[in-house]
Amino acid sequence: MSFNNLDMLYRQVIMDHYKNPRNRGAIEDGVTVNLNNPTCGDTLRLQLQIEDDIVKDAKFEGEGCSISIASASMMTQIIKGKTVEEALQLANIFSEMVQGKEYDADTFDLDDIEALSGVSKFPARIKCATLAWKALEKGVDEDA
Amino acid sequence: MLNASIREQFPILNQEINGHPLVYLDSAASSQKPLAVIEAIEDYYRRNHSNVHRGVHTLGTQATDAYEGARERVRSFIHATVPEEIIFTRGTTTAINLVASSYGDANVNEGDEIVLTPMEHHANLIPWQQLAKRRGATLRFVELTPDGRVTLDAVESVLSDRTKIVAMSHVSNVLGTINPIADVARLAHEVGAVMVVDAAQSAPHRKLDVQALDCDFLAFSGHKMLGPTGIGVLYGKKQLLKNMEPVEFGGEMIDYVDLYESTWKDLPYRFEAGTPIIAGAVGLAAAIDFLEEIGLENVEAHERELASYAIEQMKTIEGIEIYGPEDRVGLVTFNLKDVHAHDLATVLDMQGIAVRAGHHCAQPLMRLLKQSSTARASFYVYNTKEEVDRFIEGLRQTKEYFNYEF
Repeated sequence: MSFNNLDMLYRQVIMDHYKNPRNRGAIEDGVTVNLNNPTCGDTLRLQLQIEDDIVKDAKFEGEGCSISIASASMMTQIIKGKTVEEALQLANIFSEMVQGKEYDADTFDLDDIEALSGVSKFPARIKCATLAWKALEKGVDEDA
Repeated sequence: MLNASIREQFPILNQEINGHPLVYLDSAASSQKPLAVIEAIEDYYRRNHSNVHRGVHTLGTQATDAYEGARERVRSFIHATVPEEIIFTRGTTTAINLVASSYGDANVNEGDEIVLTPMEHHANLIPWQQLAKRRGATLRFVELTPDGRVTLDAVESVLSDRTKIVAMSHVSNVLGTINPIADVARLAHEVGAVMVVDAAQSAPHRKLDVQALDCDFLAFSGHKMLGPTGIGVLYGKKQLLKNMEPVEFGGEMIDYVDLYESTWKDLPYRFEAGTPIIAGAVGLAAAIDFLEEIGLENVEAHERELASYAIEQMKTIEGIEIYGPEDRVGLVTFNLKDVHAHDLATVLDMQGIAVRAGHHCAQPLMRLLKQSSTARASFYVYNTKEEVDRFIEGLRQTKEYFNYEF
């Protein structure tokens, strides 16, 4: 059986992040956000270290499907070193991308996270992809 | 096995999903509807609709007859004594909340205990958590056997003269376990407690007899048993219901209304404030007719055969873990090693196969199973052995996809 559509969802880079998540772990004194995806039971703890309005470090722990874990892994990678405003801009771009809307692909080097654009073809999985980014938005909000 | 022609009566099943004929294995979440139910609702709206229990015109009488006819149909389906014991609600959740708010608030006091099991659906857990908080009562949980069963010894060990309510699912929506409700009800009554049964997963699949179970309250939903969404049933013993206060107030439930004081109608109307779910009740009655024509014994046998057939073949796939006891109704909850249930469900969906993935509204049970998420295939009257074969082939394809593609 051919799974061409699925290959849009489960790209190699996604499965790599799922099997070898980056930035998994804890930060000693950072902002902590715990978020659940109540429809499926996925859990995520995101920790952020924000200094002088710059995301110095980001780490996560949690249980979830390949999409939610890969997304958290990619997100922690891309937001490190960004200003809070840039991180929030990325969250918007990401949200538009996974919903299949037109998104700004030029302002930032989106790198691995563009691999998740295939999620837009799987509406039931959009929440899996956005869980980490929702946690980021909440964390920044709590830090402010 | 049931005749495959039953399937033809479910128009929704005759379609392709992602380029493959649909295999619908999520009936435990919500069942599909036969033409008989769809047409009964349409016919009601085309010919008989009006408001009930008021007005003197002919349509008012027709609508009332249809609604009260449905109540009588439900009464005979669960073998209640009188139709006054049947209250129509929005579903199982509303029915259990009604018992918790009305009976619970009046009869549970500080220091009292409510006995539950860890396998309850959130609908039969959270109303009791909230009641316990309101009244200063304590929740006690029956310990399950490792394979997810309730034993009478375990029930007895948490019962005491402080127990006021025992609430238990008849059939677990995750494990498929069938709980010994009649025996548990006897033990509950011995300590003076009432027995509340969540029958959402049993009413669609097996013959129910509230008098044989001797339960005090029993709740179920129409949409899981071929009926429409938005209709459910609360059964309560008349002796108990007649002493209970309504939880919703307004039209339809009143007897005499003054500016400052009002009195309530008799049973069951005092618990059905507002214009009732008339078309829903009509659809539910048609669903009961459909199930009884097949015969509930045959429904149960068919599903058990499909579930055993599925389990037998799933055991030949390395990496599949199945949860729950051997004796179960027609559902299988499982995981495929190293593949999250969501990913599994997405890959099956691409093959036209619909299964449930997640925590099945039973988070505490998931923690007992040490799983954050599981997949569930559930079977009903319209499923066939060929569909189980497609499901098994789908599992093999999924395993292969995640093993070799990356």
